[in-house]
Amino acid sequence: MTTLMDKPSDALDHVSLKHARLPRWAPVLVLVIAFAASGLLALLLGWGPVAIVVVALLIYLVVLPTWSRVVENRRSAVDRFVTALVWVALGLAFVPLVSLLWTVIREGAPVLDAKFFTWSMRNIVGEKGGIYHAIIGTLLITACAAVISVPIGLLTAIYLVEYGAKSRMASSIRFLVDVMTGIPSIVAGLFAYALFVVFFGPGVHMGLGGGVALSLLMIPIVVRSSEEMLKLVPTDLREAAYALGVPKWKTIVKVVLPTALAGIITGVTLAIARVIGETAPLLIIAGSTDSTNFNLFKDQMMTLPVFIYYSYTQPGNHPEIARPMAWGAALVLILIVLVLNLLARVLGKIFAPKTGH
Amino acid sequence: MSTIEAKAGSPKRRLGDLVFANLTRAAGLTILLALAGVAVFLTIEGIPAFTAGPEDLKGASSFVVYVWPLLFGTLLAAALALAIAVPLAIGVALTVSHYAPRRIATLIGYLIDLLAAVPSVVYGLWGGLFLGPKLVPLYEWLADHLSFIPFFAGPASTTGRTILTASIVLAIMVLPIVTAISREIFAQTPRLNEEAALALGATRWEMIRLSVFPYARSGIVSAAMLGLGRALGETMAVAMVLSASGVVTFNLISSTNPSTIAANIALTFADATGIQVNALIASGLVLFVITFVVNFAARWIVSRSEVSV
Repeated sequence: MTTLMDKPSDALDHVSLKHARLPRWAPVLVLVIAFAASGLLALLLGWGPVAIVVVALLIYLVVLPTWSRVVENRRSAVDRFVTALVWVALGLAFVPLVSLLWTVIREGAPVLDAKFFTWSMRNIVGEKGGIYHAIIGTLLITACAAVISVPIGLLTAIYLVEYGAKSRMASSIRFLVDVMTGIPSIVAGLFAYALFVVFFGPGVHMGLGGGVALSLLMIPIVVRSSEEMLKLVPTDLREAAYALGVPKWKTIVKVVLPTALAGIITGVTLAIARVIGETAPLLIIAGSTDSTNFNLFKDQMMTLPVFIYYSYTQPGNHPEIARPMAWGAALVLILIVLVLNLLARVLGKIFAPKTGH
Repeated sequence: MSTIEAKAGSPKRRLGDLVFANLTRAAGLTILLALAGVAVFLTIEGIPAFTAGPEDLKGASSFVVYVWPLLFGTLLAAALALAIAVPLAIGVALTVSHYAPRRIATLIGYLIDLLAAVPSVVYGLWGGLFLGPKLVPLYEWLADHLSFIPFFAGPASTTGRTILTASIVLAIMVLPIVTAISREIFAQTPRLNEEAALALGATRWEMIRLSVFPYARSGIVSAAMLGLGRALGETMAVAMVLSASGVVTFNLISSTNPSTIAANIALTFADATGIQVNALIASGLVLFVITFVVNFAARWIVSRSEVSV
């Protein structure tokens, strides 16, 4: 250490330790010039806004590294090029997000009115109907999936953290749950269908099947998030309870779960948000109908995603009516998902354990 | 951690403990059973298709001939989607972990999560009605100028509902998962390695190349494979964007496109009867096996490396 602190020898005194750098505002300047040049070209050649941005970014990607190459050195030029590339990648990733949200709002917002939410499509031909039946179906089937997934998922998480720990079975469950998160949703739907066919015969359609299919997709998410939350509970709390003679199961129910409750509720809400937009399994097992069906155990049941799908693929004789309704339903679906995501955060705050002082 | 207590102290086990412990174990077993059940029930319902004749398989002489073009389309669409998504995802992940200031990085994280939250059917709607038509001029240009490349042989689709459009939509959908995992891994690079590189005079990019990438290599591979699993099984975006005719072709921009297994099931299941249903379920089994293997391999790579995701 001390040698590093020593005064540099006289031999180094006349060697400059800095090389020339571009000024801090160089990237901004180049960006402005690039857009100006591209805009000028666009005026002359009549390009659209997309072309202006693309050309401007290309100019930027060429000019800044070249300038840096001349003033600084090759390594800095490469560094600046990659930095620009990384930010362009970020921008590219947000283009579809902005475009999608904007399109859905622009096309969907005009059809949202009271009738849209309170009517079904029963006996409606050639005029605008409503999505009441689809909303009811989505809520019932998602609730059904949650009722199946939450107990199984939560108990499994408790097993993994409290009982299984490092046992062979626990680690294989943990691994397969991870693998399960990758099951395609359509396969979950086929599984529910194949399962129900065994009991109810070919051509079976019911809301319960949709619930089973969705729970297959939801359970892994619940297990993973609950497991993470249970792991965060301090071991001190458990040991304090054991020391007082509290049985293990009571420790889990009265001490561990309440401490982790906020995180678990957040996780479950996010899992619901994740499966509420699933389409493929419901297309297969829940079917579609124009009427409102409250019975999970009988007949076809319409859901929002399936409604969007059929309004788009089979608009019938009046696509000018069906298309806007598809956009409207898409907007409603996105809003539901966003509200659930917000709710997850709010609930997490509400149920957060009170920290004692 | 807390399992030692049974051995050390209490000689008698309480009834409550016994019931609760077995209840949780049963829940765990249920998950294993469900996973096995997927394979078993799909096999049971799929078996009749393996011996079915041409009249039940849309003219295909056997199940293999029936499923091959679909499998080809599935792999092609997923591979294209990955080719688009992985470089972008690495770029975005690097921005979040190493380029953007902390506060902006958090915001970017939220926005990427938002991208993951949009339901697939909405992507399908957007891809079919908005993105597809917007890409038609590009496809026409490609067909005019680059038609010597087999991928762009043309003639260009007039609706934009091509396999390239479907792959772009798929890429957008797998971007969040690949980004999320890459980001986690980049952020775990040992701080000392990074600072050592910088102290030796490396530029930021050299630091990333020398210390971040070598450390994150297996993580990026598994992230890409998880994205692949997602892209292989994604149904609605493909079903709604692609105008499929079940051909085997590498032409990406024409109006005759290969279909994918998942999209084929979604499009034809409602009208299928008899053995056709079994054939669709059997193709679903093929898809399940492929995605299972891909996910299994991805998770295996993750669990083997010291990086925790």
